[in-house]
Amino acid sequence: MSATGALPVNLMHFARILRRAGLPIGPGKVVAALNALPLIDLACRDDVYWALHALFVEKHAHSELFRLAFDNFWRAPDAAGAGGVIDQRKKRHGEHEPRALPRRLAEAMAGLETGMTAEHVPEPEAVASWSATERLRRQDFETMTAAEMAEAKRLMAGLRLPIPRVVTRRSAPAAAGPRIDMRATLRASLATGDVLQLKRRARTRRHPPLVVLCDISGSMAAYARMLLHFLHAITNDRDRVHVFLFGTRLTNVTRELAHRDPDVALARVGRTVQDWSGGTRIGAALGQFNRLWSRRVLGQGAVVLLITDGLDRDGGEGLGHEAQRLQRSCRRLIWLNPLLRYAGFVPKSAGIRALLPHVDEFRPVHNLDSLAALIAALSEVTAARREFAAVAA
Amino acid sequence: MTAIPLPASIDATTELLRRGGYVPDRALSTALYLALAMGRPLFLEGEAGVGKTEIAKVLAATLQRDLIRLQCYEGLDVAAAVYEWNYPRQIMAIRLAEAAGQGAAAADIYTAQYLIKRPLLQALESHASGPPVLLIDELDRTDEPFEAFLLEVLSDFQVTIPELGTVKAAAPPIVVITSNRTREIHDALKRRCLYHWVDYPGAERERAILAAKAPGVGARLGAQVVHFVQMLRGLELFKPPGIAETIDWAMALKALDARELDPGTVDATLGVVLKYQDDIARVRGAVAAEGVVKAKQAAG
Repeated sequence: MSATGALPVNLMHFARILRRAGLPIGPGKVVAALNALPLIDLACRDDVYWALHALFVEKHAHSELFRLAFDNFWRAPDAAGAGGVIDQRKKRHGEHEPRALPRRLAEAMAGLETGMTAEHVPEPEAVASWSATERLRRQDFETMTAAEMAEAKRLMAGLRLPIPRVVTRRSAPAAAGPRIDMRATLRASLATGDVLQLKRRARTRRHPPLVVLCDISGSMAAYARMLLHFLHAITNDRDRVHVFLFGTRLTNVTRELAHRDPDVALARVGRTVQDWSGGTRIGAALGQFNRLWSRRVLGQGAVVLLITDGLDRDGGEGLGHEAQRLQRSCRRLIWLNPLLRYAGFVPKSAGIRALLPHVDEFRPVHNLDSLAALIAALSEVTAARREFAAVAA
Repeated sequence: MTAIPLPASIDATTELLRRGGYVPDRALSTALYLALAMGRPLFLEGEAGVGKTEIAKVLAATLQRDLIRLQCYEGLDVAAAVYEWNYPRQIMAIRLAEAAGQGAAAADIYTAQYLIKRPLLQALESHASGPPVLLIDELDRTDEPFEAFLLEVLSDFQVTIPELGTVKAAAPPIVVITSNRTREIHDALKRRCLYHWVDYPGAERERAILAAKAPGVGARLGAQVVHFVQMLRGLELFKPPGIAETIDWAMALKALDARELDPGTVDATLGVVLKYQDDIARVRGAVAAEGVVKAKQAAG
């Protein structure tokens, strides 16, 4: 027996909202939910919540989104068109303050109200979305739209860091590999009988660990949201990524960024880091990294990506020395500088001049206004180290 | 031969380690006692040269257990850590079966006699002197896949060999894992262990360690060396010296027939204590001279 009355329609709308917000919910799940709901007490909101949760949520990261959508949808039946069956205005988890919906959920629900389809969700302006009024020492980031998330995912797939994957000491079966896999050979021989057919293996390759040191001082403030989205995407895209943010002090935000939901991750980072949009002490930050972290995260041939404009409050003091130590400790030091507006760049600031001789690769970005520009800059074919070293001299 | 019983209290654990020439602090004794009493692996993390590996060695010596050491390195796999099949003998067995006219399929080549046991499997076997001490050294040098494999070994003390079945330890070994923290070990593995951070010792304990490890060094020189090294650790160097360096340095000064620290000898032997040129350049000269004066004052 399946559910009757207004419930099927409501459920379908609810599933649509979730789908638009990014949860993978196909018609099969909706049918399953319709079959499941008659089995439980519809008057009990908690039972309905957890039944739908069990059916619709496949990842822990989607739980929070589901909770917000559920609380909103089953409280505002007008938005759903037909009258809601389960309309008890009981607040779920009492400890949660009422908070603004993430943008992708708000859009998903708004789209339902006006009958808009997902294709017509207006694309927000990514750069302008960073708000300057909301920071004192901590930082709030606007949440991401569904379109932004999809776009970020697509762009990340195209990211090619200028670092070749390195050969590991592990091997995997390969038809024409250089080593003989005795174990597989003998096992196969039992099946075939008289002739030993040689099975082979070859070394596998993998990305080297990546350590990102990202400047979040005042001069970099305009890029903060976009950079963090990039860092979140790359943290969740591959393993062995460590992310540090620095202004006047150094903060490890790897754990915070590891949350799969970008909104939750950025909110956590915003709370953790204490020195948003202040001054920069690049030398001190690198020194702190060298002493406290380099041995912990630079083992196994890590590549360091340094994102800073090189404008140093300390006038480059101690910077050259610490940068040199950093370069010696890692496989490759890549500097991404978003400050450059034109190609004929001459390094004038003391920080830039102190840093330049010690980086393996210099990636100037002329117009870093989007994730696409950032990824394009990182994926460009390498400029040899000597070429810009000559510029610096 | 019956096994020496495990220590029954924290004090007994301290006593046991001291008998082996290891001077523990209360925190280490507590962690080790609990690990032994609860049958859980002990996960030791700390800078290089603070005596992590030594704990396992002393434990094996004082309890008179076999020490099975697995030195980790990148690419360490099951074939090197757990077991490997003896391929030449297997091929021979197949050949013999064929020669006897039975066909290759008749030879059962997956039995215990063709199995080569590596450290982890050896540790699960029963030993005459009681469960052995299994030292998994510098776990941070290996990679995540091997760590994942260790989960089964450390939680159930068993390994699964697909062709043969599951091998389970009759009595679980005493497991000590060390890490230099050149990489973070996964939480899932740490969860199965008792964790202890091995820190640099205070001046008093370091003197006791020096007395135990470098007995020929005079008390006066020993005290000065300890105070000088303690001063170095406060300097925010790239690599502060460990206890191993303190012992090495004291031995080096003894070999030079030094009775006291003096700036010239310190400058000449800094390379025993500090291993980075930046650090040596920073300490050599004024800092070292001042340190010698202070160390002499502190040592009395």
